[in-house]
Amino acid sequence: MADLKCTIAGIESINPFWLASAPPTDKYINVVRAFEAGWGGVVWKTLGEDPPVVNVSSRYGVHKDGNQGVLGINNIELISDRPLETNLEEIRRVRKEWPDRVIIGSMMAVIEEKVWKDLAVRIADAGVHGIELNLGCPHGMCERGMGSAIGQVPEMVEKVTRWVKEAVDIPVFTKLTPNITNILWSAEAAQKGGADAVSLINTVNSIVSVDLDEMAPNPVVDGKGTHGGYCGSAVKPIALNMVAEIARNPETRDLEISAIGGIETWRDAAEFIALGAEGLQVCTAAMLYGFRIVDDMIAGLSEWMDDKGYQSIEDFCGMAVPNTVDWNELNMNFDTKAFINPDSCIECGRCHIACEDTSHQAIEFTVANDGKRSFTVVDEDCVGCNLCAHVCPVPECIEMRPVDNGKPYVTWPNHSLNPMKAAE
Amino acid sequence: MSLRPCAAAGGSLLSKEEIDANFSDLHEPLSGLQARAEADRCLYCYDAPCIDACPTSIDIPTFIHQIRTGNVEGSAKTILSENIMGGTCARACPTEVLCERACVLNVSEEEPVEIGALQRHAVDYLMAKGGAHPFKREPETGKHIAVVGAGPAGLSCAHRAAMLGHKVTVFEAKEKPGGLNEYGLAAYKMVNDFAQKEVEFLLGIGGIDIEYNQRLGGTISITELQAQHDAVYVAVGLGATNALGLQGEDKDGMRDAVDFIEELRQAKDKSTIKVGDDVIVIGAGNTAIDAAVQAKRLGAENVTLVYRRGEANMSATDWEIDLARTNGVNIRLWSAPAAIHGKSAVSSMTFERMRDEGGKLVASGKSFDLPADMVLKAIGQKLDTSKLEGFDISAGKIVTGDNFKTSVAGVFAGGDSIQSGEDLTVQAVEDGKQAAHAIDAFLKAK
Repeated sequence: MADLKCTIAGIESINPFWLASAPPTDKYINVVRAFEAGWGGVVWKTLGEDPPVVNVSSRYGVHKDGNQGVLGINNIELISDRPLETNLEEIRRVRKEWPDRVIIGSMMAVIEEKVWKDLAVRIADAGVHGIELNLGCPHGMCERGMGSAIGQVPEMVEKVTRWVKEAVDIPVFTKLTPNITNILWSAEAAQKGGADAVSLINTVNSIVSVDLDEMAPNPVVDGKGTHGGYCGSAVKPIALNMVAEIARNPETRDLEISAIGGIETWRDAAEFIALGAEGLQVCTAAMLYGFRIVDDMIAGLSEWMDDKGYQSIEDFCGMAVPNTVDWNELNMNFDTKAFINPDSCIECGRCHIACEDTSHQAIEFTVANDGKRSFTVVDEDCVGCNLCAHVCPVPECIEMRPVDNGKPYVTWPNHSLNPMKAAE
Repeated sequence: MSLRPCAAAGGSLLSKEEIDANFSDLHEPLSGLQARAEADRCLYCYDAPCIDACPTSIDIPTFIHQIRTGNVEGSAKTILSENIMGGTCARACPTEVLCERACVLNVSEEEPVEIGALQRHAVDYLMAKGGAHPFKREPETGKHIAVVGAGPAGLSCAHRAAMLGHKVTVFEAKEKPGGLNEYGLAAYKMVNDFAQKEVEFLLGIGGIDIEYNQRLGGTISITELQAQHDAVYVAVGLGATNALGLQGEDKDGMRDAVDFIEELRQAKDKSTIKVGDDVIVIGAGNTAIDAAVQAKRLGAENVTLVYRRGEANMSATDWEIDLARTNGVNIRLWSAPAAIHGKSAVSSMTFERMRDEGGKLVASGKSFDLPADMVLKAIGQKLDTSKLEGFDISAGKIVTGDNFKTSVAGVFAGGDSIQSGEDLTVQAVEDGKQAAHAIDAFLKAK
């Protein structure tokens, strides 16, 4: 049985699965239920100065697939709407009752040194293992100069991180917003400010759908809607890229990463760890299915690690980072062709029409006298784009077969057709 | 889709409530949620095999996609644009040998998309919503077409001809329209007077009149119709039945299955229908199954379906045969009717055991008797040729050349009375639709 223990920013956790700062970590009762279910830690819902904020009614919108499966939700809920002391008291209680679990205090404030420092000290005094700086919320709080209003300005990210590092002696996580042009600018700012780790991504700014009867964005609050923070499996690809950008950037590669963004399964977890995450945070999956979902995240990750022979998280942490490169480092001579296995083909024709209408007209469609439909790849026309394999409803029916062309690894900068190269 | 067994007589008569329940919808309609989930299983195949398998060529992947996107009314229009009786076909089509057999999911998941149930969902939605008829007529052409028979072929032709701008008068021998939809399909497939509702919906196009109790050879003749109209379409179906050719076929209790089914369909209260304790159904097609299952559902103690060949030779689909078995119908194969016993009423029948010898059916010399107080003959229907003088008839069907033209100039024919495909509602609808286009071309060329 693989060991799922991990250490991030010097904090040890029984497993890498923490609940992210969000509605599921708002209260004692939720957090205790999460620990009973097996979560390794929680980042408490973001705390601010008193008086607490007031939330609106109607808070979540949803993006679904055709079969009622949730691809993503967006939310317009603000930070904790309970008094600071109530939260701190509950944190103290849980810390006492669950000594082997991690609690991180999340916080946000306006851009004033004293406010950040005072709040950080009060939270640290409640006994949390670390503090996470919420510089990401893209709705509501940013209109008050907090959340993403700070996270979108690298200078402020650095300043706030430094203030809190100066005020407390526990690890500090700077939580980054994806609503920027280049994640490296904020990651580097956090690093300069002294962050022990970065947490990313916060939610993506979004309008999830429009109510066509009310003619207003969802969720509709008395006839009007606003943009909210998008999360869930739909944002995982965005998060994976931003995590990888930080992990493979020479300036930030030593920065520890608590990865967040659409983690629903053990496989998602393994992918983030492979791209360099030391720890993980989950929110939407728990909101959709309950805390029990951690069971299979733990069991599935261990099974997979056993299969692969990894003893610990560290064994494969960051293993995919060296293989994540700029386009310019890809081998231009690599050639792969689709192969449609006639034995598993169910003759739906999806590959053909996708290729015929939108790609390279490389899948031939013939109907035999007995009505049998055949779909065959024309190798000369196939560019190896993978589209047919992606639209095929039968797993592994379409295989992408690399062509052994004996050609050397040549990148675009060294390619004979590159005009810049020719000019040399 | 699972089969719902009927309440069976446990030594006493079934109550009216039990019989009512036995004749409620064989398949509950899909809820909106079920329909969306089922629609989501469809792979949206390109040039889909299910379209080819539908005699009316409904664009099935498109109509299912429209259910998926929430455009259920548009979905119904997609269906009805090819098959104006899509509602009946969704209920009565043997989808297991048509569209659903062609579904590619049979290969990957072993269960096809429930195309019939989805089609019913969409068409029922549009019909329940009401409002304007979904299709518009082209400008009046001034041409007048006579249609003989208000069954699926006749009404489908009438609807399409009306759409093309022609005026149509339908002459129907019976008191009600619908043909076999009204008189011939099993009651639990067509609950809540659906056949009549569908005709009413279809007539919403306008330009169609129906005259009832007008029978060929009685009040109307082909010659008169020809004289008074620009074209004539004959869709009279199969009005006669085959006989066993045995002594005593006129005894009480000996009936044609189609008459039994018609009586059942027309009875508002099914518990008033007389059914025997020991019912024998002779035949192997879907009519035999419909008669046997409905007899059982009326409370018959023993229902035995007897067929002279094996199960593989039965023309009823596997699904229908399962339905019979699930409902407690005993199926005896390789048994040919040999004698009818009884005084004025049938009391039993003798069957000869048969066997297959190199493809030839031969008597084995053994026989057995079955008690019977009711025998339902379902050994095939045939064209009543007595009122079709002047028409070329071949193999019991009206001969049609290209474009549904008969040997009589200006007269077209379709449906079960011609040899176009299987004798199915859906084929009749297709015949009617295509004949309307053929008549339209004929009238334009005139």
